[in-house]
Amino acid sequence: MNLNYTAEELAFRDEVRAFLDDQLPADIAAKVKGFKHLSKDDHQRWQRILSKQGWYATHWPTEYGGVEWSPVQKHIWDEESCHYGVPRSIPFGVNMVAPVIIRFGNEAQKQQYLPRILSGEDWWCQGYSEPGAGSDLASLKTRAVRDGDHYIVSGQKTWTTLGQHANMIFCLVRTNTEVKAQEGISFLLIDMDTPGITVRPIITLDGEHEVNEVFFEDVKVPVENLVGEENKGWTYAKYLLTYERTGLAGIGLSKAGLEHLKALATRRLKNGRPLIEDTTFGQRIAQIEIDLMAASISNLRIVAAVEGGGMPGAESSMLKVRGTEIRQSINDLARRAIGVYALPFVEEEMSLDYDGEPLSDENAAPLAAQYFNNRKLSIFGGSNEIQKNIVTKMILEL
Amino acid sequence: MDFRLNEEQQMLQDTVARLVRGEYSFEKRLEYSETDLGFSAEFWQQLSELGLTAVPFPEELGGFGGSGVEVQSVMTELGRGLCLEPYLQSVILGGGLISQAGNDSQKAQWLPGVASGELKVAVGLDEPQSFYNLNDVSTRAEKSGDGYTLNGRKAVVLGGHCADLLIVSARSAGDVRDPDGLSLFAIDPNAAGIERRTYPTIDGAKGCDIILNNVKVSADARLGEEGKAGEVIEYQTGRAIAALCAEAVGVMEEAIRLTLDYLKTRKQFGVPIGKFQVLQHRMVDMSSELEQARSMAILAASVADNEQSIERRRTLAAAKNVIGRAGQFISEQAIQSHGGIGMTWEYSFAHYAKRLIMINHQLGDDDHHLEQFTALMQATH
Repeated sequence: MNLNYTAEELAFRDEVRAFLDDQLPADIAAKVKGFKHLSKDDHQRWQRILSKQGWYATHWPTEYGGVEWSPVQKHIWDEESCHYGVPRSIPFGVNMVAPVIIRFGNEAQKQQYLPRILSGEDWWCQGYSEPGAGSDLASLKTRAVRDGDHYIVSGQKTWTTLGQHANMIFCLVRTNTEVKAQEGISFLLIDMDTPGITVRPIITLDGEHEVNEVFFEDVKVPVENLVGEENKGWTYAKYLLTYERTGLAGIGLSKAGLEHLKALATRRLKNGRPLIEDTTFGQRIAQIEIDLMAASISNLRIVAAVEGGGMPGAESSMLKVRGTEIRQSINDLARRAIGVYALPFVEEEMSLDYDGEPLSDENAAPLAAQYFNNRKLSIFGGSNEIQKNIVTKMILEL
Repeated sequence: MDFRLNEEQQMLQDTVARLVRGEYSFEKRLEYSETDLGFSAEFWQQLSELGLTAVPFPEELGGFGGSGVEVQSVMTELGRGLCLEPYLQSVILGGGLISQAGNDSQKAQWLPGVASGELKVAVGLDEPQSFYNLNDVSTRAEKSGDGYTLNGRKAVVLGGHCADLLIVSARSAGDVRDPDGLSLFAIDPNAAGIERRTYPTIDGAKGCDIILNNVKVSADARLGEEGKAGEVIEYQTGRAIAALCAEAVGVMEEAIRLTLDYLKTRKQFGVPIGKFQVLQHRMVDMSSELEQARSMAILAASVADNEQSIERRRTLAAAKNVIGRAGQFISEQAIQSHGGIGMTWEYSFAHYAKRLIMINHQLGDDDHHLEQFTALMQATH
């Protein structure tokens, strides 16, 4: 047993650090660390820098322009990039639809879509959930009916993250209603500019516009936009979900969040002393740090198993549950740390270019909103209840 | 022993419940919240006409005589409607401070207006550094001539944006966290030197920070004896804690009602999701938390107007601790039981979930009250 990085891995970490020191724009990092909103332009600017470095497509084979990092290298990248304040990558194109196209798509689809994902020309969003199909995803009802060279798509998708920025959407659609739910689903790539598509914002409880509803009314989609075989979409969807689940535990984000929390608790006062020195509050932070230490090693154990050629199994479901709980408790403490200042909702202070005097702490404004927003962590990507069902079946065999 | 409301108390609660149901639909609340005032002037007027703003005051002011139980009945129903009116700030806390500390002429000047709802009071006790310790006051009151000059900052004064009268604590003697040396001042919000930084709150209400910059007040603006306000503040915030606990119970009941309704109607895997045991047990846990919260709100109401004692202080700290924890548990578990829909602005439930979390940020969170309770235990064992 050896829990240390190899010399090569340490060299890689130095390379990552040197790159981030040199290339990560300070304004973008400041926004990420201050929980400010990033614009579409910020995301695209950073993506171009990553692409130029050749580090954008970490899950792709090199022949398509990917990096082929080892699991440990990916882990190092995750830790370092969270620490530095690198923007969360928008996964729908590069980490979700692309692996499906690479594995199941035809040559023409690879030629058409992969370069445009690398260059940032296409912004993808995900058309999975529907109003009636959440945890029970296979019950989805959006229909695609073959009509000559086209499918005619009708129905509704929901919780479409950043759909307002997207020009492409990958959708699970029903192409056969006669068979078992899972066997009548197909995987379609749809241009958002096609007539009949409407995007409607969903405003969340924190006042944020991050998710959308997408309506399809007799939308004509060319048959060449079908990935793989008709009615095999569920297999592709599950393949994609294994990519979605990796990283959902957010260990790197929790580590960055914990640093931020400690800095905040050092600035805030209780009885004239830094809040972090207070026994009650100090222990609350310490407890999270201890839990995170354990989760971080659990995460590395999965990374090492995959490095050794294994598949991430139901252990990643357990880690998703634990990891999201830890992130949520960090948000909980950050909100608590600002006391009565959790109440004011000063929207302008959360914006990119606010240069006025902060109402209280320089980072206080978004903390309560962020706490509420991150209740989503235990809901999306397969709710924590669904993850526990997976563990129940796959590991415990109950 | 009898936990039931008497006939009059039940009538009072029914009256408020009917009024809230009629005037405070979720859609209307969103509209009220978006106005500059941040609540409904009309609804406030109705509360006044029905004598509800006078409930805690003596009969000569049109009230019921000040029992915590009547206040509890009103607050629970205002909570159920997520009402935005400054009842807690003006009627309970503002009115309470004037009643306890004011001299006869101050009471005659302000209490009839507070009881009738015409005079809205906001109270500034927290400060940027105070972290729920209301003795941690660095706002200064310096003697000048026959009055005082006030300098300092009051944090998150709910209702302060529209108040007709502000009551603030300030220090005329003692170190920054000394319980002695605090005084209360009732001041005109438009007096020279007062700056208000107004904002909405995340749970839909409005408030402001108040910056006092060489504000000159006369000696008769002082409420109560100079330097002796600490006890008054503790007693009256205790009454406000009881009222806030009652509000929280109304919010919890509605949040749980909506969640239960959703579990019975939302279908996944061919059945209502309420058929899944994991959600059933979670719902049971939420309901048990609500029972604990109800019990403590009742207990808090029963001691709120007692003479100050260690037992009263222990009880109120315990109540706010239970309410804070139950509120967060119910809020988080109810969101999770809903899934994404529980996080949407368009659905009333999400606003109940937010209010429950924010109640824990008013008048001390569960940690603060656990410390208060512990300190009393350690001082008396």
